Parts: sequence; C-alpha cells; structure tokens
Amino acid sequence: MKQTPIWRRYDRLHGPDCKSDVEHELRFHLESKVEELIARGWTAEAAQREAERQFGNLKEFQELGEQIGGKMERQSALKENWAKLRQDVGFALRQLARDPGLASSAILILALGIAASIAIFAFVDAALLEPLPYVQPNRLMDVTESLALFPRGNLSYPDYVDWKRMNRVFSSLDVYRGGSFLVEMPQGATPVPGMYVSAGFFHTFGVRPALGRDFRPDEDSVSAAPAVLLSYGGWQKLFGGRSDAIGQTVKLSGIATTIIGVLPASFQFAAQGDAEIYAALQPTGTCSRTRSCHDLFGVGRLKDGVTPEGARAQMKEIALALERQYPDSNRGQGASVVPLAQAITGDVRPVLLVLLGGAGLLLLIACVNVSNLLLVRAEKRRREMAVRGALGASRIRLVRQYVTESCVLVVVGAVSGLILALGMMRVLHSLISKDMLVGMPYLDHLGFNAHVLLFAAGVAMLAVLFCSAAPILRLPIGELRDGMSDGGRGSAGRIWQRLGKNLVTTEVAVTVVLLFGAGLLTRSLLNMLQVDLGFEPRGLATLQVELPDAGFPKDEQQAEFVRQTLDALRKLPGVQSAAVTTLLPVTCNCNTDWVRFVGKPYNGIHNEVNDRQVSPDFFRTLQARLVSGRFLSQTDDAAHPKVVLINQAFARKYFPGEDPIGKQMGDTDLTRASLRRIVGVVGNIKDGALDSENWPTEYESFAQDPDTSFSLLVRTSQSAASILPEISSAIRKLNPQVGIQDESTLETRIRDSYSASLHRMAAWLVAGFAALAFLLSVGGLYGTIAYSVGQRTREIGVRIALGAQQNSIRRMILGEAMQLTATGTLVGLVGAVASARLIRGLLFGVRAWDVPTMTAVAVVLTGAGLLASYLPARRAAGVSPVEALRAE
Amino acid sequence: MEGSKLEFLRGTLDVLILKALVWEPLHGYAITGLIRRESDEALLLEEGTLYPALWRLESKGLIEAEWGLSENNRKAKFYRLTRKGKRQLQFETAAWEAYSAAVSKVLSAARPAKAQEA
Repeated sequence: MKQTPIWRRYDRLHGPDCKSDVEHELRFHLESKVEELIARGWTAEAAQREAERQFGNLKEFQELGEQIGGKMERQSALKENWAKLRQDVGFALRQLARDPGLASSAILILALGIAASIAIFAFVDAALLEPLPYVQPNRLMDVTESLALFPRGNLSYPDYVDWKRMNRVFSSLDVYRGGSFLVEMPQGATPVPGMYVSAGFFHTFGVRPALGRDFRPDEDSVSAAPAVLLSYGGWQKLFGGRSDAIGQTVKLSGIATTIIGVLPASFQFAAQGDAEIYAALQPTGTCSRTRSCHDLFGVGRLKDGVTPEGARAQMKEIALALERQYPDSNRGQGASVVPLAQAITGDVRPVLLVLLGGAGLLLLIACVNVSNLLLVRAEKRRREMAVRGALGASRIRLVRQYVTESCVLVVVGAVSGLILALGMMRVLHSLISKDMLVGMPYLDHLGFNAHVLLFAAGVAMLAVLFCSAAPILRLPIGELRDGMSDGGRGSAGRIWQRLGKNLVTTEVAVTVVLLFGAGLLTRSLLNMLQVDLGFEPRGLATLQVELPDAGFPKDEQQAEFVRQTLDALRKLPGVQSAAVTTLLPVTCNCNTDWVRFVGKPYNGIHNEVNDRQVSPDFFRTLQARLVSGRFLSQTDDAAHPKVVLINQAFARKYFPGEDPIGKQMGDTDLTRASLRRIVGVVGNIKDGALDSENWPTEYESFAQDPDTSFSLLVRTSQSAASILPEISSAIRKLNPQVGIQDESTLETRIRDSYSASLHRMAAWLVAGFAALAFLLSVGGLYGTIAYSVGQRTREIGVRIALGAQQNSIRRMILGEAMQLTATGTLVGLVGAVASARLIRGLLFGVRAWDVPTMTAVAVVLTGAGLLASYLPARRAAGVSPVEALRAE
Repeated sequence: MEGSKLEFLRGTLDVLILKALVWEPLHGYAITGLIRRESDEALLLEEGTLYPALWRLESKGLIEAEWGLSENNRKAKFYRLTRKGKRQLQFETAAWEAYSAAVSKVLSAARPAKAQEA
C-alpha cells in the first residue's frame, strides 16, 4: 500500500458515508478485474460481462454492505460516546478526589436526603399506592351505616339482610365482625383472634382457599353445622401445616367445629390483620335479631358500570326507606359507601403525607446545601474554567463537565441513599407498635419495588439538575478576561455572593418550616400525653378475660365467677384493689347505648351514650373522682333494683342545671327491665383516644348486666407488669377453661394506643428531619460566611489598614450573617404557617399560628446563625493588613 | 478451471482472509487474487462473496480498514489484521490442522483392529 496522501485523510471530514464507501470498494474491484482481463486480451465489452459474472449478484452484496456498515457506524458512535463519558467521569473523579472533604460531605448530605425521602416513599407506596391484594380491588367498597356521631358506624344484621336484598349496585355484599375463639392448648384455654364472616365473604374478595373449600352459600344460616376456615398462619400454628387438618373437628370456645379450609398465605385483611380463624356468621343470639344492635361491617363488590357515588346514592335511599319503615330503630341511620382501600388507610394517610412532605423539604435542603458547596468550588475554579474556555473548550463541554461531576456525586449519593433507606425502613417499621402493625398488613410488602426504584431515580435526576444548576449559572462565559485577571474576585465574586446568599436564605427558610412543623407536632404529642385522663394510669395491671359460652351460659354464673376472681386477686400480695369493666378506658368512644329518661319529653331521637358495665371497685381502682352521689356497692347486684352512674359530660348534656341523682332512665321504649336509677356522678374518665372529646358515659353494675368478655384492672403497690403472671395463674386456678389475653399495664396501653403512636411517629420523624435540616442549614450558613470572609480578605485588610476597628469588622460580618438569617426566618415563618394549616388535622391543643413555637424557632435559628458566623467574624477581625495585601 | 472448483466450507473463507492479510494490508481484489494463486487455482470463489465476509470480520474487530491508493493509483480500501485477528488466525489454524490430521488419519486407515471387549 502506498502512503496515503494527506488530502485523502480528510476525505471523510464531513462524516462517514457507508453507502458510497461500499460502492467505491466494489467498483474498484470490478474495474481492476476488467483491466486485468483486457490486459489478457479480452475485448472491453466481454471483459465487463465476465467481471460481472465472476462477481455474482452485485446489488445483493451492496445492500448487505450498507447494512453491516450502518451497524458498525452505530457501534463506533456508541463507543466514542462511551469513551467520552468515561473520560468525563474519570476527570470528575479526579477533581472530586482532589477535595475529598467536599466530595464526602456532599455525598453524605445527598445520601441522607435521598434516603429519607425514599424510606418515607416506600411506606407511602405500601400503604397508599400498592393496590390491595384482591381481585379488582378498586371495585371493593366499605359499606356501613352512618350517623352523626359515627360516620362509619356498624351495620345491624336485620339492616344488612334488607340492604343485601334491596340493593341493585353490588354484585355481592357481605359482612364481618371481629371475634376470638378459645382454643384448648397445653398452657390452658387460649383466645385466638378471628372473625365472623358471612358465607360469601371470601368470594366477594375473589379469594379461594389454598386447601379444602370455601363456605357454602347457606353455611351462615342458623341451622348449618359450625364450620371455620383457618388463615395460613393459623393453620401453621394450630396444626403445624398438616393437610389432614381439613375435615377435623375441634372445640372452639367449647363448641365442636369442623375445619373446612385454609386460606392462601397471601390473604390479609386489615380490619383484623391477626385473624387466624374465620367462622361463618350465623344469626344466633338476640343481637342478630335486633335492628338497633349494630355490630357488623360490610364489604361489597360494585357491579360493572356502577360508580361509588351511584352506589352511595342508592344505599342512602335504601337506608331512608328503612328509616321510614322502622322509625324507632333506624332513626338517623344513613349509609356510607367508600372505597375499601380508603377505609383501610384513612387515618394513616395524613400522617404519611406529612412525613413525605417533611422528607421532601429535607431533600430540598440537602440539594441546596450541596449546590452551595459546589458553587463555592466552582468559584475557586473560575480561573481554571476561564483558561479552558479561552483555550477553546466549548460552553457545552464545560457545562457537561459540571453535570458529570454532579452526576457522579448524586449517583454515589443515591446508591448509598438506597442502602441507608433500607436501614431507615427497618428502623421505622420497628418503631410501629405490634398492635398497630396488626391493622397494617399492607406493610408486610414494604420494600424496594418498581415504584420505589422509579421514585429514587426521579429524585436522583432532580438532584442532578439542582446540583449542577448553580455552578452552571456561574460559568464565566463572556467574562473570560475578568475570570483570568481578577482571580475570582471583584465583580464576579459579588454575583456569586448574591447567588450563594439566596441559597442560604432558602435553606434557612425551609428549615424554619420543618422546625415549626416539628415544634407543633411535638407540642401536640405532649398535650396528648398530658391530657386529663380523669384517673391515675400508673400502677395498673390489665388483662382481658374471655369466658367460654358453653361453661357460663347464665348471667348469674358470669357474675359469680367475676366475684370469685376479684376476691382471689385481692388476696395476692401487693394488690391494693381489683375491678372489672367491659371496656378499658382510652379504648374508644364506642359500645354505645340509646337512652331515654323517665319524666322527660321524648321525641324519638337517639341519645347515644357510651355504655360500660363495671364492678363496684372500678372507680376506686382507677382513682376516679366522685362528683356527687355514691359509687357502686357490693349490694348493687341482680337481687336489687338496677342502678347506674353517669359522668360529668352526661350530666351536663342531659341534666343541665338539674341534679341527676335519683332520676330514672331506660331504653328507648322505657321497658320495665331496662329502668335504672342514677345514684352518682363521676368525673370524666377518658374513654376514647387521647385526642378525643369526652362523650357522655353511663356505668352500669356488672353484677346486674354481666358479660362473658371483660377486662380486669388491678392496682398494685409494686410494678404493675411484674404481677401479671400471678394474676393469670390465679384466674386459671379458679377455672382452666377461661381464656386470658392482652396482659399489659394501662400505662403501656395508653402509650401504645393508636392515636398516641401515630402522633409520636409523626412528631419524632418530623423532628428528626428538622434536626438534620437545622444542621445542614447552619453548616451552609457557616460555609457561606466563611467563604465570603476568605474572598474578602484583601478588602478587610484594606479597611483595617485604613483604621477600621476590629469591632466594626466583626459587626460587619455578623450583620451580614444576621441579615441572611433574618430574611430566611421571615420567609420561612410565612411558609411555616401556611404549611401548618395543612397539618391541622394532626394538631392537638395548638394552633397553626402558635406564637410561642414561632418565637422559639426564630430564637433558635438566630442563635445558631450568630454562633455559625462568630468564628468567621473573629477570623475577619484578626486579619493582618500586611499579609492580606501581600497575599496576591 | 470450471471443473476443479471446490465448494467453500462455511467459515473457511474467514480464516483464509485472515491468512491472506498476515504479511501486509491488502484490498479486496488483491485478496481474491492471492487466494486463487496460493491454492494453485483450486479454490475459486464467487468474488462478490468475499466482501460480506470482509465486512463481518471488520465489524468483529478482527481486521481494520483504511482507505489508501492502489498500485494503479486508484482509491481502494485496504484491510489490515488486528491483534485480535492474529490471535484468531493462530487459533483457527491450529484447530484446522488438528481437524484435517484427524480426518486424513481416518481416511488413510487400513482395516481397523477390533475393539477389545473387557
């Protein structure tokens, strides 16, 4: 091959053209062949034909060549881009390695910010975005009655039967209620959580048993033999996963019951997440025959083409028709139809959204902070960039370098963030109390899925944009000469300062929002924990007792057993007093009763009051306050006329300005058996959640209206938790058939109660975000001021040389810092009040514009700002004018 | 000439091309000539089929191409063996020699001894 002339090398300067390349190459071949043949004596025409014959199908080869050539070009373009990218990344890595402190702090900050938002988003995804694990879950509706006090009230069985018969909007409508079953175990009868469900329940969800069969359609009638399905977990626990469990008969709460099936492991239902036994709901018992006895929840599957609104409208009509037909029992009983998913996660939604907002703000601060760090560095590199620009590096090339550097930082940050997020998710999950987790089976699927990874990618992309924007805006294009001559000071430095200061102001403002939110949530939590309970929760042991129906069919037997139990417990060492109640305090405003008063006009309205049955020592054990009249006594039993105590809220609502003592009340018909005389008024005992209002409550004598299920309250002089085993064994000694569960202390129960836990999670997490944000923004402030002082060393030196006092220099720097802090705080406070209005629902006892919290936030930030700028200010004041002027 | 045409085994062309480029870079026309001459005119190929083979080898990185000037001063595409191509040639040559030795050993065998049964 001859040496290629220089012009040939630039032949393809205008880009490759594989089509003409192929053509050239093949033409060269044919022409050479023809020449050779002619030289051997062929005529020109014959030579041309022969050459083409020997070559074969020219066109086919040409096309093949273009194809292969095109592919190669794409490959080489890719390779070239890849090489460029590697070069950029390599350069970025070297640049970052030159300043490992900056790189590692930027990565750490980004990782924290990204991890927090990913972890919270994973919860949001699991709770709010992932569909429920049922067939067509968005067609499932939560169907309940609805009244003024209970927007989601229970259904009564007769109403359910009518609703099911009359509606044309649900392809199926089923009901359920929680329950527990006493199972014989080696350690004695143990209550196992379960549910009673109508026969079509699983069919409505689209769930088929993994083993055995579903309920038959008529298996929830009174005459059907008792049958249950087990949850997968229950099957493992009770039968060790043996398949011969199907068809076996076991005693559940003393009743022989056949096990007909096992549900798949994937089945979960949040209303009773720990249910292990599902029994067919048979309308035995008086409650099932009473239209005013509400103990069920409904779930329905919408027919095709029916909207939730349409279903709601029809169910309301049906409820109205029933109200007209049964004015006594159904007055004010409306209907509620909401998507099942919404009913399940309704109360965690606001908390999660608040947390997501908090995490987002933290991420914003992290990005601003890193952006500020990069900006400072970009400023230091102004001269480098200016030189590179002058030497011909295009603006695109310089921008590309900044973006690559941000990308490298963000990618490393995001990957560490993902790992960190996994840890954070574990920690958060472990913070949720076990009781709460039972109602959140959807959190079982917490983890990295496509949604979460997509979100992480989106967050990383935003972070790249954010982090590279500031330095790019500062690219010294058009001021190249400035950049080189002033060494990064002078006018350009001032522009930087404006941008850097804006970033710091933003940080401070966002921090104010987070701090204020954290302050409000913490105050709400404290308010909740300090709320007047109306009793002394310390030193109270509690547990729940379940009497088997079979062993205690009569009221007298139940009352007698309670009397014996309390006697036995009082004899235990350390026990001061013991009592029972049908429902512990701080549980719920629920289990209500409709009351009517003798001698007062009655218009058929439902006077809804909490109804609890308690033993005589209940109030003394709780150390509740007697307002007037007397407490219950041992003689208030079945042999004596019925008596009742009411709380102050009751007295205020139904006996305003009257003395209720001695007044009589009863059910809505004032039937003789229901009549009871008010003998005392007690101070309000918190029945519902800590942040709930005190409802009117009546306390009947347990001996006059016993139950098979009740809670024990035992006040001890020693630690309440330590006496629990003794209490259990004392009860078992009396009767081993009795089921015992939920051994705990009242204090623990209150601390772990749903509303307290929810508020605690919100307060702690937002406080954590706020603390991080605070550190970041104070650090940012320090960095900015320190850098600004460093940049102005010469100016400060001149000032000092011209006679400025150290004090005035210090004041100048501090003033600058204070101006930033003050602006940020003011802007932040406006934003804080606006965003506090968004979390109003989570506040308790504080207002969205709570002035003390605002003041505290402002003081803390100002103090921190002063502290952060003190060091740079001192350094500035200590500048030696001689050295400062010589420094250049 | 017509009668003694040997069918090219698929894949054989590739190794012949690699071999042809061992001494110096060549353009396609020179490669056909070289193969024809060195095989004593026994290996004849439809000349066009050479080019797809060349392009494929180029896209695999076994040879690389550069435009240059031919002996008669025309613009021609020259192919050069890459280091990867040299390794491939060594490997293929060894494989071919082992294969052909095995085949010719079988073809030239006398009546085989009976397999010993244990």
